[in-house]
Amino acid sequence: MFFFFLTSGLFLGWALGANDAANVFGSAVGSKMIRFRQAAIIASIFVILGAVLQGSGGAESLGKLGSIDAIGGAFTVSLAAGITVFWMTKYNLPVSSTQAIVGAIIGWNFFTSSSTDPQSLVKIVTTWVAGPILGGVFAILIYKLVKYILIKSKTHLLTQDAITKYALIAVGAFGSYSLGANNIGNVVGVFVPSAPKIELDFGIFVLDGTQILFFIGGLAIALGIITYSKRVIMTVGNSLMKLTSETAFVVVFSHSLVLFIFSSQSLSDFFVFIGLPPIPLVPVSSSQVIVGSILGISLLKGGRNVDYSVLGKIAAGWVATPVLAGLISFISLFFLSNVFNVKVTQIPTENIVKEQIQITQPEINLPISTLNQPIVNTTDLQAERIDLIQITLIVSLIALILVAIYLLWINRNLRIQLKNTDYNDQILKYNEQQAVLEYELKITNNQNARLEAAVKTKKKAQKKLALDIIQKTEVLAQLKTEIDEIKKKPENEIKYSDLNNIKTLIVEQLNIEKERKSLNNYIQELNINFYQNLSTKYPELSEKEKRLCALLRLNLSSKEIASILGISFKSVEINRYRIRKKMSLKKDEKLHHIINKL
Amino acid sequence: MFNIFKTSKSVNLSIEEFFDKIEYGNLNFKKGINHYLKNEISDFEESLKTIHTLENEADTLKRKIENDFYVYSLMPNYASDIINLLEKIDDVIDLSKDLLSQFDVESPNIPEDIKKMYEKLTSASFKSVENMIPAARIFFTSPEQVKEKIQKVLFYHREAHSLATELKRTVFKDSESLVLSEKIHLRYFAFHIEQISDASKVVALLLSSLVLKIKM
Repeated sequence: MFFFFLTSGLFLGWALGANDAANVFGSAVGSKMIRFRQAAIIASIFVILGAVLQGSGGAESLGKLGSIDAIGGAFTVSLAAGITVFWMTKYNLPVSSTQAIVGAIIGWNFFTSSSTDPQSLVKIVTTWVAGPILGGVFAILIYKLVKYILIKSKTHLLTQDAITKYALIAVGAFGSYSLGANNIGNVVGVFVPSAPKIELDFGIFVLDGTQILFFIGGLAIALGIITYSKRVIMTVGNSLMKLTSETAFVVVFSHSLVLFIFSSQSLSDFFVFIGLPPIPLVPVSSSQVIVGSILGISLLKGGRNVDYSVLGKIAAGWVATPVLAGLISFISLFFLSNVFNVKVTQIPTENIVKEQIQITQPEINLPISTLNQPIVNTTDLQAERIDLIQITLIVSLIALILVAIYLLWINRNLRIQLKNTDYNDQILKYNEQQAVLEYELKITNNQNARLEAAVKTKKKAQKKLALDIIQKTEVLAQLKTEIDEIKKKPENEIKYSDLNNIKTLIVEQLNIEKERKSLNNYIQELNINFYQNLSTKYPELSEKEKRLCALLRLNLSSKEIASILGISFKSVEINRYRIRKKMSLKKDEKLHHIINKL
Repeated sequence: MFNIFKTSKSVNLSIEEFFDKIEYGNLNFKKGINHYLKNEISDFEESLKTIHTLENEADTLKRKIENDFYVYSLMPNYASDIINLLEKIDDVIDLSKDLLSQFDVESPNIPEDIKKMYEKLTSASFKSVENMIPAARIFFTSPEQVKEKIQKVLFYHREAHSLATELKRTVFKDSESLVLSEKIHLRYFAFHIEQISDASKVVALLLSSLVLKIKM
């Protein structure tokens, strides 16, 4: 049942985490100096630490203001504060959970006719004003110091950026710790008197009922940070003023200092020790301290851009929020008590009714400091101690084994996956290489085939031309024979047709020189490499001899070559002899074999 | 995250190296123009070749810096401004290289009596860029001192502007031996030399606005 009633407090914690994380890490995450996940983890850890280790101061002050002695009352007060915060946030009115919870407690005091300690009230209200002012003063001092250091150190902007990143993380952690320490009272402070009286023994440390409550409250704040603060940071994180990363550091640092001061028991004790008045340990509004810090820096810069209406809104919030929360609290308590019959206080109902009718001074004065005095089960003053060492050890061991198995399983899967990926990659690579090689081979084969075809065609054409020449030479010889025969005939027997035949043969003869040149061109074109090889190996050969070699390469006989070149058979033979000599060939070596090898 | 100091140091070095390239490029620009005016063509070609190499190296460095800024989320609030600044600084060496290439390709015929004016104009543009580089360097360490440095840049920019105007006036009004096409050609080159000082002025103004932006 206790945990059911605690939900309203946890809801308030969730809302606080969602909204106030932006004050600590808003600028850093909004400006992408730190990733949200990083910020959320740090903030969550330090909020819980702050709540558990240093959260009692603020909660105690709220307890002094009004000791809510029944879980139903605590639930209603917390819910009233939550509704106020939710409603005022919805209508964009400046609101603080601290002021809401104080108003709701006073509402409970009114309802139960409990007295409100004026001293505590004054102390709390004073800190509301002092918080932003102190934030502004700290901001100015830290700003001056940081600026002085930056100018003197002449650090490179990039190094400065790196330092700022670490500084923002450190100051964010400190801010989260202070937020947890200072504001946990708002979240679960009203439930402290109703907290179960148990102690959890972890071996190294022991958590009492209040600390467990603070731990749960801290978890609620952490949940708010993780689940919802990103949206707040991204939408309203920088809306107040666009800050440079260095200014953001100053603002968050001064805010953290203020929250820390108002929640540190040790610091308060130290003040007393050196003869100063103690520091009031009171929850202060994180947002209002941030606003105070920013205004402080703006004033330092000349105050040109200061929106003074913000100050007015804050002041209005100091009055409006508690009044509204008090009203909601009072009405809710009335309904819960009279309609649903939920016990909202340990004070007898008849007394409350009586007091409400008579409107006189309340006679029941519960001790103000009731934090450690259980109201429920007041007879049981000894807290139940639960030894968690063995349980923790066994659970930790099982968890470790499970984590180890899980990691091994992941590692194995990763290795198999990696192996498969490597294997597939290699196959893919080989396939690609094979495809490329096949393609290249195909191209080369095609080229070779084309070249061979071209060589064949040219050789054919060359041979045809050579044969044509031979044929034409033969025709000329025939012509010569015919003319000789005509000459032998008596003049009266010579026919016109004989002369016509001779004319035709002569016309053909005219074309022979042209074709011979064409043949030479063909031979040269086809045998470029052959000519080059020949010139390199036998440089003493003349151009005519090279041409003769090219014709020999076509396997033409000396007679055919003589016809093509228009020289006598004997000249061809003499030339062949000269070539053999220049090539220094032995008797058994055949000229056309040597030429074909080139 | 924990290598952020190492990354910052490496980017610092890259930025310094980038500025060195721009500085050498500027020196080569002046040298190249002077060689051309003295008809030392082989030396001019050497300068052109050097500035070409320097421009390529500066481009590579700029791309590396740009990449590092985005990959490692360096100065996320001002990354785009700083990259824009480096782009504008790179424009200076780009313009210098283009101008020397234009001299090489178009080989303008500069009369002897005007050569001195070209020399002065080149010197003013050179000094404007020469003063821009320390201003850009100091921006990264002592932004509050940038203002002092950019005054010189602005001064030499004004100087270059008035010299260019005087040169153009001389070309169009006092050089009767030149035909209109030659005059236009000479004006074109004066305009382009002046543009280099314009580019340095753009960098100077960008620096002063950046200082205001990053000021705490």
